[in-house]
Amino acid sequence: MPVKAIAPDYVGEVKDSVDRFHGNIVVYVNWVDHLMFCSALAFPLPPDMSFGSLLSDLLPQYYGLHPDWARIDWAQARWELDRQPFTPDLEKGLAANGVGHKSVLRFTTPGLTGIDGSCT
Amino acid sequence: MRMMIILPFIGIIERETTMNVQKKISLKDRYRILTRGLDWETSYQPMGKVFPDVGFEGIKIRNWDDFNDPFRLTMDAYWRFQAEKERKLYAVLDSFSQNNGQTAITDGRYVNTLKLFLTGISPDEYMAHRGFAHVGRQIPNAGLRISAQMQALDELRHAQTQIHTIGQYNKHFSGLHSFRRMHDRVWYLSVPKSFFDDAVTAGPFEYMVAIGFSFEYVLTNLLFVPFMSGAAYNGDMATVTFGFSAQSDEARHMTLGLEAIKFILEQHEDNVPIVQHWIDKWFWRGYRVLTLVAMMMDFMLPRRIMSWKDAWDIYFNDAGGALFGDLARYGITLPKYVDVPAKEVNRLSTEAWSIFYQYTHAAAFHTWLPTDQEMDWLSASYGPDWDRLYRPRFLHWRQMEKEGHRYYNNALPQLCQVCQIPMAFTEPDDPTRVAFRDTVYRGERYHFCSDGCKNIFDHEPEKYVQAWLPVHQIFQGNCGGASLDQVLDWYGIEKGVDNMDYAGSPDERTWKEWEAMRGRVAG
Repeated sequence: MPVKAIAPDYVGEVKDSVDRFHGNIVVYVNWVDHLMFCSALAFPLPPDMSFGSLLSDLLPQYYGLHPDWARIDWAQARWELDRQPFTPDLEKGLAANGVGHKSVLRFTTPGLTGIDGSCT
Repeated sequence: MRMMIILPFIGIIERETTMNVQKKISLKDRYRILTRGLDWETSYQPMGKVFPDVGFEGIKIRNWDDFNDPFRLTMDAYWRFQAEKERKLYAVLDSFSQNNGQTAITDGRYVNTLKLFLTGISPDEYMAHRGFAHVGRQIPNAGLRISAQMQALDELRHAQTQIHTIGQYNKHFSGLHSFRRMHDRVWYLSVPKSFFDDAVTAGPFEYMVAIGFSFEYVLTNLLFVPFMSGAAYNGDMATVTFGFSAQSDEARHMTLGLEAIKFILEQHEDNVPIVQHWIDKWFWRGYRVLTLVAMMMDFMLPRRIMSWKDAWDIYFNDAGGALFGDLARYGITLPKYVDVPAKEVNRLSTEAWSIFYQYTHAAAFHTWLPTDQEMDWLSASYGPDWDRLYRPRFLHWRQMEKEGHRYYNNALPQLCQVCQIPMAFTEPDDPTRVAFRDTVYRGERYHFCSDGCKNIFDHEPEKYVQAWLPVHQIFQGNCGGASLDQVLDWYGIEKGVDNMDYAGSPDERTWKEWEAMRGRVAG
């Protein structure tokens, strides 16, 4: 039973459906082993924004504050999209890469484990 | 002879008079008269139409008369007790005000715990009032009805006395001026708000288990004792007094919660799995709200009472363990995921304070980094892992401050769909990995911080798809605008006054002036 309600056919209003974000999709990004950023970062992004632009224009504004950011060897980075291993195509847009509304992107940067190895 | 007496302003009352001196009515009779007809049965409408909320939760009651009011408190006795407590409290508040009690606290930072309390908890006392009024309206048993109504009055009184008490501080400190508006709008206050919204939109039985039992009985000590002892340890006698004023009510609330749950369980064996799920759910929801208390105890009190870990041991493990031993004969077991808080206990408060430190620009209270001495206390309380995982974090942030680049997280955080806390909790078995859980429901993805929150969603997805998640609401343009300034305006947070670090705040300035004055007087 999807809900206990007085009305037997009660249906809830989905508050975060994609049509409410003015053409954007919400994307969450998590940098593994870097808890200085307490949670995955949430962004409303145009679905045709290229993955390369996410990487070179958007993320440095936030993750760039971390001393590990400049040390990343992107050839070694491993990606997960919605818990599945994933290889992004930097030229293609987010949607064309399979990134959907409320998708979670996680990336691991081998050898980089935060401030003094504390995963911060 | 029965006569009608008309009193100005009060109306008409009926009074029995005799030629003799009026006989004093016994307590028992007074209670009988007070509650007579409260369990009335309908004559020309079906009961289900007049009390529509009693049936839909699936709870089976064989005989409503089996519930006996454990207090049998009459209205005049109730008013007498409460009036006495009010007199004492307001005498203390008067003297606090006349003697400038706000100058006697340990440190100006302490007031930030009151900001958290007033914006996060007091509006929920009011919601508790509404919830118990609803129970009183719907449950067709005289004893439950009258005691739920009295509890509804208590909760209203708690909200009111808290507002009056903390109002003393509003004359001197920032962040206390718009608590009601903040409660409805500010991102982290959606955590306690959504907790109570969830409870009051449930049926009356779930509400009794959620608030009457799980919250009042199992978790309330973890909320009130830390705040009230924290006040006592930090020289805030006004807040201690409202704590005492509420305490005798709490004892009554705990008894009612326990009696109500026993009654429900005794009525029908089919009720057991329903109640067990509610216990699982409300234990977890309550525990997640207590994250704010853990943070308050370990980071915000200038003079600490005990660590969150000690509090959890004393008030949950010891007290709660005995309680669940008691309920075992009904087939009730310890809540699901009860092992998780023990796994999180060494890091919960640090994870929480780290959230507020990096989002201080959007908070209605001040933040700061722990001093060396405070970090030593944390490491003594939480062991070598604390030094390994968290001391480097705070030292790094301190270094950034020194270099003039105080760290702010300028992106918004992903939130849990159920508890609405930023998804900062790490895996129960790995403190270095953020925990991610998700569900796809009707083609839409939903994210959770924990198995506990996911379990709640999966039971009633139609309820939680409606969650008003502050981060998504900002993205949708429903919070005053897209810029931080616009959102702060909409929240009612005065920029540069209510938010940001304690260092450099008007609060700190006020406190330093008082200290200087004391120095002059003493010198």
